[in-house]
Amino acid sequence: MQLPPALSDWFTAQGWSLHPHQIEMLARADHSATLLIAPTGGGKTLAGFLPSLAEITAQSKGLHTLYLSPLKALAADIRRNLRRPVEGAGLPIRIEDRTGDTSYTQRRRQRADPPHILLTTPESLALLLSYEDAPQIFAGLQRVIVDETHALAESKRGDQLMLQLARLQSFAPHLRRVGLSATVEDPPALARFLGPQTQVLQADPGPDPDIQMLQTKLPPPWAGAGGRYAIPDILQEIMAHKTTLVFHNTRAQAEIFFHHLWLANSDDLPIAIHHGSLSREQRERVEQAMADGRLRAVVCTGSLDLGLDWGDVDLVIQVGAPKNIKRLVQRIGRANHRYNAPSKAVLVPANRFEVIECQAALKAVRAHQLDGAPRPRGPRDVLCQHLLASACAAPFDPDALFAEVVTAGPYASLTRAEFDACLDFAATGGYALRAYDKWQKLMIRQDKFSLRDPRAAAQIRQNLGTIIDTETLKVRLKGRMGAPLGEIEEAFATTLTRGDTFLIGGQIVRYEGLNEMTVEVSRHTGRDPKVAVFSGTKFATSTQLSEGILQLLQQPDWPDLPAHTVQWLTLQREISALPQPGRLLIETFAYEGREHLCLYGFAGRNAQQTLGLLLTKRMEDQGLNPLGFVATDYATLIWGLTAVPDPAALLCVDTLRHDLETWLAGNAVMKRGFRNVALIAGLIERNHQGRRKSGRQATFSSDILYDTLRKYDPDHLLLQLTREEAMRGLIDFGRLEEMLTRIGPRIDHLRLERVSPFAAPLFLEPGKIPIHGQGREKLAEEAARQLMRDAGLL
Amino acid sequence: MFAFRLAETPLYALPSGALYWPDQALLCVSDLHFGKSERMARRGGALLPPYETRATLQRLDDDLAATRAQQVICLGDSFDDLATAEGLDLDDQLWLTRLMAGRNWIWIEGNHDAGPVEMGGSHRADLRLGQLQFRHIATAETPEISGHYHPKARLAGRSHRCFLLDKQRLILPAYGTYTGGLWSHDSVLCDLMQPDALALVLAKSVLAMPMPRQGRPS
Repeated sequence: MQLPPALSDWFTAQGWSLHPHQIEMLARADHSATLLIAPTGGGKTLAGFLPSLAEITAQSKGLHTLYLSPLKALAADIRRNLRRPVEGAGLPIRIEDRTGDTSYTQRRRQRADPPHILLTTPESLALLLSYEDAPQIFAGLQRVIVDETHALAESKRGDQLMLQLARLQSFAPHLRRVGLSATVEDPPALARFLGPQTQVLQADPGPDPDIQMLQTKLPPPWAGAGGRYAIPDILQEIMAHKTTLVFHNTRAQAEIFFHHLWLANSDDLPIAIHHGSLSREQRERVEQAMADGRLRAVVCTGSLDLGLDWGDVDLVIQVGAPKNIKRLVQRIGRANHRYNAPSKAVLVPANRFEVIECQAALKAVRAHQLDGAPRPRGPRDVLCQHLLASACAAPFDPDALFAEVVTAGPYASLTRAEFDACLDFAATGGYALRAYDKWQKLMIRQDKFSLRDPRAAAQIRQNLGTIIDTETLKVRLKGRMGAPLGEIEEAFATTLTRGDTFLIGGQIVRYEGLNEMTVEVSRHTGRDPKVAVFSGTKFATSTQLSEGILQLLQQPDWPDLPAHTVQWLTLQREISALPQPGRLLIETFAYEGREHLCLYGFAGRNAQQTLGLLLTKRMEDQGLNPLGFVATDYATLIWGLTAVPDPAALLCVDTLRHDLETWLAGNAVMKRGFRNVALIAGLIERNHQGRRKSGRQATFSSDILYDTLRKYDPDHLLLQLTREEAMRGLIDFGRLEEMLTRIGPRIDHLRLERVSPFAAPLFLEPGKIPIHGQGREKLAEEAARQLMRDAGLL
Repeated sequence: MFAFRLAETPLYALPSGALYWPDQALLCVSDLHFGKSERMARRGGALLPPYETRATLQRLDDDLAATRAQQVICLGDSFDDLATAEGLDLDDQLWLTRLMAGRNWIWIEGNHDAGPVEMGGSHRADLRLGQLQFRHIATAETPEISGHYHPKARLAGRSHRCFLLDKQRLILPAYGTYTGGLWSHDSVLCDLMQPDALALVLAKSVLAMPMPRQGRPS
């Protein structure tokens, strides 16, 4: 395919020449599906659009190309960038975006008279597809471009989008798909995700990044996170570069780090913070300042992993071990957006153990070994939602819809029985003991499933999408109107009492109270917040990276590691042993009158934590009096009153699995998981702000539904889905089971005279979990008694 | 359970949310909302697990067995609407009939179930027994026992259903399985209850604390 002369002339006039992969995308314009993998700055997006710009002519009617991006802001950004060449070359192409921010009249008009190129998000597309006129809108669609495919593929948004592409393909059988992706570990898997017969096009990956560990004046501390010790060295790096991004793994760590960076910033460098809990206004201000080149550094989290092209970043600093090599590589790509120039990055380990992890990550990056877990099969709660949304658009024939659904990559292995179970759930609720005979949601009329009550369509549309907001509360300065400082999770807010201080937006505030649904705070002048953390996502170290660490530990010596770390490893080898791949090291020792058991599973934080919960339960049953435990990405340390003579005997997979089932049932993690599944599948509605504010007694917690189902319908579809997800996610029993099966009988138990060098830092870890039987009830009793006493009533 | 007096009458608050009056062998429960899931389904809403009626009946059955109460007052909103009273599952209907058999059973009208239901027992707008007035929604006429508001309060970071109690008034928590709640610090409840009111919080046992009057979680 040739570019229109006007466009090639315009490119020439700008002094631009196309990259080879951009030319190749034009050559492959007719192929049914292409996945382009190119580094940041490689002109990926333009490569995706070039065939459209070449195909659309003045005679083109209706929607030609649909562009999907995970971020609303990205859609707007692309529209601006795309308009430049289109207007510059005078091409007769109409380009519009459509997101949750687009006005109602604009959206209506777009349905009646669609532009040639529509830029949107998966959620807005879901809504478009749920309207009766969807077949007309999309009948002439020629091309669909999925930007940041790798990012979408990491969440349920990607699964939903692939179901939607299957639907679009039914409307427009000749539709061609283009996926744009950053570097990934398994391109063929991502290609299967995008659709059948997808060809992979790899652009020149560009030069290797310039990446190393930061040399710091002080050695990192033995335990902890956040990298405060390195602030002077990091400030120097910031001064030596134009613009630096300082990535942290959690919002809380970013907040604390920024606070201290600010205190140390004696030269008043313009620095800012950016993360997902800040108010939109505040984030936009930072983004604008960044785009204008007014900032020297931004302390940030994953909220900056995607997207917006912000010119002049010339250094990326990753504080804390990256946990995941692929994400590290993608973050490094944020530095230097010029193609064919190496990106520059430094790693700052937050503690001694992370020095080893960073070293293993550096090795993997240099060897181009990316990690990643295989994608799970398409989640069925998303399918349930898709069935309801389909019924909103038109009555459907289940055979035809099943045939369509299995063309979507994530659902290729879906069985008809699984499909029918989802359909039964969507239609009748899928209950075993009692059916809604009269009041089904979907009815069969003339062999097709349709909504019994057409009014239900409005409610289904309102709940489309798979992004689950955690319940958050806005934080405002007391007695002031104006923009909120940010948001905190409701669960965190309930733990605060008046006078508690915490960090938000880089400043310390004092909790004053809750007013309606707003947290009221006042400014606080102290240096150290009393409550330092609020929950953020905790990533577990990937399997591949853990394996890399174990390999590194096997080396006879470590010329690449700093002296303090080498000394530590050598001492561990002398006093105890270094953990080995394929074996499990368990140390037991007495310390300060308590018995300790330390188990180096290297299974990631979540699985090590689950192991701690299960083992302490077993110990409790066997009268071994455990008192508590703490888990990190590489080990679990348990303490108690009684020595464990044979730890290997505690580690039977079948017994652990049985205990897990019992323990899981009443667990808060499961309840939270159930809520998410129930929201996506359409059992419960999203909490709209307005309704929450009214404080009506009509809405009740999804925990009640969970408990009721467990009691009366334990095999219900949604409980099955909740269990499946928990096994992978926060509980990560899958990884634990895999580790124990792999190890088998190869368990090395060492009884030591004292604390081992590897176990010592675990004593300093925060997040110790105490074991107590009736803890919560006792806590409530004490609190009530205290309140009565304070009120003079006792 | 938690023992207290209202207008010199000795009463007990049970952890289930029921009120027990031993001298009258009487059990009082409020806001059962039988048939809530069915009503939602009928109106095109979500298809919730249709088991809340039997879960509520189970709790009531247990309380009746434990207290051997001979009289029962259902303090209004017993049915989520009048149609659900007729639409009850046959098993649930039989279960309810079995519980009612041989007991003096009084249905007080609520805003959800205003009007007589096709059930045995007697139907009343309100009721006076000894010193105490029983009605669905609180009035100025005290001493009084009412329901309607589904009060809840926070204790040690968690939300619990609760009774609200002062010298003249008792407000019962909702007894039904699918019921949410209104925070005790809502202005409606703060206006109703005297400054020294207590919240009797339903945990594994009933825990008394001063009624929280601000949004501040305790």
